[in-house]
Amino acid sequence: MTVIVSQLFTGVSIGAVLLLIALGLSLTFGQMGVINMAHGEFIMAGAYTVFVLQKVITDAGWSLLVALPVAFAVAGLMGVLLEYLLIRRLYARPLDTLLVTWGVSLILQQLARDIFGAPNVQTRAPDSLTGNIKITDDLVLSNNRLFILTLALLAVLALTLTLRYTSLGRRMRAVVQNRDLAAVSGIPTGRVDRLTFFIGSGLAGVAGVALTLLGPIGPTMGTNVIIDAFLVVVAGGIGHLKGSVIVAFALGTLQSLVEYSTTVSVAKVGVFVAIVAFLQWRPQGLFTLRTRSLA
Amino acid sequence: MKTGMRLSWRAGLGFAVGAAVLFAVAPVALSDFRLSLLAKYLCLAMVAVGIGLAWGRGGLLTLGQGVFFGLGGYAMAMHMKLADAGPGEMPDFMQLYGQLDALPWWWRPFANPAFALPATVLLPMLVAFLLGSLVFRRRVRGAYFAILSQALAAAMAILLIGQQGTTGGTNGLTDFQGFFGYDLDDPVNQRMVYFIVAGVLLLLLALCRQLMQSRYGELLVAVRDSEERVRFLGYDPANVKLVAYVTAAGMAGLAGALFVPAVGIINPALIGIVPSIEFVIGVAVGGRASLLGPVLGAVAVAWARTTLSEEFPAAWTYLQGLLFVLVVAFLPGGLASVARLVRRRRRPPPDPAPVSPAPVLTQEVTA
Amino acid sequence: MSGLVVRDLRVVFDGFVAVDGVDLEVAPGDIRFLIGPNGAGKTTLVDAVTGLARATGSVRFGDDELLGRPVHRIARMGVGRTFQTATVFEELTVLQNLDIAAGAGRGVLTMLRRRRSVPAAVSSALETIGLADLRDRPAGALAHGQKQWLEIGMLLVQDVKLLLLDEPVAGMSHDERDATGELLRVVSADRTVVVIEHDMDFMRSFANTVTVLHAGKVLSEGTVAQVQADPAVQQVYLGVG
Ligand SMILES: Nc1ncnc2c1ncn2[C@@H]1O[C@H](COP(=O)(O)OP(=O)(O)O)[C@@H](O)[C@H]1O
Ligand SMILES: [Mg+2]
Repeated sequence: MTVIVSQLFTGVSIGAVLLLIALGLSLTFGQMGVINMAHGEFIMAGAYTVFVLQKVITDAGWSLLVALPVAFAVAGLMGVLLEYLLIRRLYARPLDTLLVTWGVSLILQQLARDIFGAPNVQTRAPDSLTGNIKITDDLVLSNNRLFILTLALLAVLALTLTLRYTSLGRRMRAVVQNRDLAAVSGIPTGRVDRLTFFIGSGLAGVAGVALTLLGPIGPTMGTNVIIDAFLVVVAGGIGHLKGSVIVAFALGTLQSLVEYSTTVSVAKVGVFVAIVAFLQWRPQGLFTLRTRSLA
Repeated sequence: MKTGMRLSWRAGLGFAVGAAVLFAVAPVALSDFRLSLLAKYLCLAMVAVGIGLAWGRGGLLTLGQGVFFGLGGYAMAMHMKLADAGPGEMPDFMQLYGQLDALPWWWRPFANPAFALPATVLLPMLVAFLLGSLVFRRRVRGAYFAILSQALAAAMAILLIGQQGTTGGTNGLTDFQGFFGYDLDDPVNQRMVYFIVAGVLLLLLALCRQLMQSRYGELLVAVRDSEERVRFLGYDPANVKLVAYVTAAGMAGLAGALFVPAVGIINPALIGIVPSIEFVIGVAVGGRASLLGPVLGAVAVAWARTTLSEEFPAAWTYLQGLLFVLVVAFLPGGLASVARLVRRRRRPPPDPAPVSPAPVLTQEVTA
Repeated sequence: MSGLVVRDLRVVFDGFVAVDGVDLEVAPGDIRFLIGPNGAGKTTLVDAVTGLARATGSVRFGDDELLGRPVHRIARMGVGRTFQTATVFEELTVLQNLDIAAGAGRGVLTMLRRRRSVPAAVSSALETIGLADLRDRPAGALAHGQKQWLEIGMLLVQDVKLLLLDEPVAGMSHDERDATGELLRVVSADRTVVVIEHDMDFMRSFANTVTVLHAGKVLSEGTVAQVQADPAVQQVYLGVG
C-alpha cells in the first residue's frame, strides 16, 4: 500500500515538473499556436540564471528566491525578442516556425556552451530543500519535490487568474478566439501576442529554476524536456489550461507506475504509446476549441 | 504532348549525367577514403528523397525519419553481426556483456538473409503504416503529427540505449567483418558498396520522380494544400498521406541498411531526435518540393558538417542553426527556388494574362 | 435522378442549436434556393448533408441514408458541394484541379501513372466553365469569379447527382452572375441543385423553388412568388431589404 502511495507521490512530482515545463507552452503553443522549439532553451536560460546569481548571492535560499523573478524576466525577454524578430513573420506557417525555432535552439545551446562550458554544472540547493518529510517509515516525501509541486500549482493559479481577471488576460483570450474580430475591436493584436509570448517564455524560465533542484544543468537540458512538454499540450488540447494540468499529472503518474514495474526506457515508450492511443479517442486533445475553419 | 516529350527527354539526360558522375567521375576523382564518405552522404540523401516526397509534396513534416533509418540499419546490422559470429553463435558484444545465455528470440530470424534483407525495408514501412493509419485516420496532422513523429524518435533512441545487452546500448552495433561473405576491410569491396549505394539512390530518385509526376503526385499536393477539399471530392486523404509516409519510411530503411556496410556502424545517436531533424535541414536547403533539391542539399550539408565540425565544432553548430533560421524563414523553397528563378529570368516572359471571359454556354454538358 | 429528403435534422454546437428540426424535400432535377438571414443555419445544413457537421435526424439521397457516413463516402455517393469562400487547389493548374475532381474512382495503377491526355469529361467541363484557355494556369492566379466557376466545374467532372452551392455568386459582377445562373440551368438538366444565396435578383431569375430558413427552422417554402408573398418571410427577411 505504501509502495503505491509513494509511487503516486513520485508520479505527482514528475507531473509537477511536466506541468511546469509545459505551462509556458500551453500559452505559446496552446493559445497562440506557435511551435517554439527554443522553449527548452528558455528553460535552460532560467536554470543558468540560478547558476549566475549564486556567484553574486551566496546564500542558496535567497539566490533561489531572487532567481524566480529574474529568470522569468530573462526568459521572457528572450521570448519577446524571438517573437519580434522571427515568429511574427511566420504566423501563417506553423511547421516552418517549428524548424526555424529549432535553429534558434541550436544557436542558444552553443551560446551556453561557449559561455558556461559544455559539461554540466551543479547549483547549490538551500538546506531547507535538501531534507525529507517522513510520513511513515516507507513513505518519505522530499522537500524539493514538494517545493516544485507548490511552485507548479502557484504558477497555474497565477496564470489562471491573469487570464480570467485582468484586462490583458481578456485581450489574450479575445485574440485567441477570433484574431480578426479582436483587431477590429481595437485590440492591438501585435502587442498582445508579444505579451503572451513574454509570459509563456517567462514561465519556461521559472521551470528552469525548478529544474536546478533536481540535478545538474547543462546546454542540452532543453532538448531533453521539450518533447515531453509538447506531448502534454498536444494531449491536453489547444486553448485550455486545465487540459495541460490534467494530462501532466496523468502522464507523470503513468510514467512512475510503468517505471516501477519495468524500466525508465520502457516507461518512455509506454507514455508514447499511451498518447497515440489517447489521440485515437480524442484526436484534438482532452479539451477542444471548436472552429469551423477548413484548414 | 510536345512539352511532355521534351521534359522526359531532359529527365533522361539528367539521369544519365547523374549516373556518369556517380559511376565514372567520382570513383576516378576521389580517394578510397573520400569515396566511402560520399557513400555515407548518399545514404543520407536517400532519406532526404523520402522526406522531400512526404514533406515537400505531402506537407507531412516527419521529424522521426531516424526511426526508420534505424530500423533498416539495425536489421541489416543484426544480420551482419550474426553472419560474422557464424551459425549458432552469439554476436561478440553479447558475449562481452555476458548477460545472456542464448540469442534473444527476436534476433534469430535475422540470421537468415531472406528475412533480414526484406525486413530492412518492410519493417520501417510496417511501423510507418501502423503509426500513420492511427494518426492520419483520426486527422492528427500538422504540428501534432510532427511532434508525435519526433516523440517516436525519442522513444526509440531511449529504448535502444536502455537495452544494452541485446542492442549494444549507446555503442550500437559496430565492428563488422563481412558483408554477405565479402571482407569489408578490402577497399575493392568498399567500392562495391559505394556502387550499390549510388545505384540504389538513382533507383529511388526514379521512383520518386514517377510518384511526383503521376496523378497520385498531383493528388498529394492537393491534400497538402487543402485536405478537407480533397475529402469532398470523394478521396480519403488518410490513404493519400499514408502512401507518401510509408514510401518515405521504406526509403529511410533502405538508406539505414546500406549505411551499415558503408560506414560500419549504427547506434542510437544516429536515429534520435537530433539526427532525425537534421535529415530535414538538407531537404530545406536544397528545396523541399523539388526532386533533386533534397539530394543535393543533404549531400552538401553532410559534406559541410564533416569539413567543419571536426575543426570548428562551435562554428558548425552556429552555421547549422543559422541555416535552419535563414533558409526556412526567408527561402522556404530552398536553393531549387533560386535555380527556378534564374531559369525563368533567362527565358522570354510568358504570354500576357488573357482577359477573364465569362463562361460560354454554347456547349452542352456531357459529363 | 434522385431527390433529397431531409427529416427532422438537428445540429447542435456546444449547446447552441444551429439547425433545429429541419424537414426538406427537393425533387429530382429541381433548382432549390435556400435563403435566410445570416446565421440562419444554411451553411450548417449543407455541412450536415455532406458529413462535415455531426447531426441527428435523417438525410436521404435517393435510396441512401447519408447521415453518419464519412465525408468522402458521401461524396462518392454523388453529393458535391462548394464553399462560401472558393476553395480550389491554388498551386495546381486548372486542368490538374479538374483532373483530380474527376478521379475519385480511379484504380491504383491509373493513379501511379502520369496523365497522358485530358479526359473527355474534363475538356468538356473546361469549355462549359469558360476556362479552356487558362487550363495550364495555377488556380491560385485566377480571378475570384473564375475560381467559383472552377469549383462548379470540379463538381461537374466529379459527376455528382446532387450539387450544394454555398453562395456561388457572392462577389461576382452582374454579367458573371447571369453566366453562372445559366450554368446552373444547364447543370440541373440531369442533376438536383441546392443553392444558398443572398442575392434576391439572382434568386428571382433562376430559382425553381425556395426554402426560407430562420434561426435553424424552416420558415416558409414554395415558389418564388409564394415565398415573397408570405408575411412571415417579409417580416424577418425581405422586409429588411
Ligand atoms: N462550428 C461551429 N461552432 C459553433 N457555432 C457554429 C459553428 N458553425 C456555425 N455555428 C453557428 O451556427 C449558426 C448558423 O451558422 P451558418 O450555418 O453559417 O449560418 P448561415 O450560413 O445561414 O449564415 C451561427 O449562429 C453560427 O455562429
Ligand atoms: Mg453561410
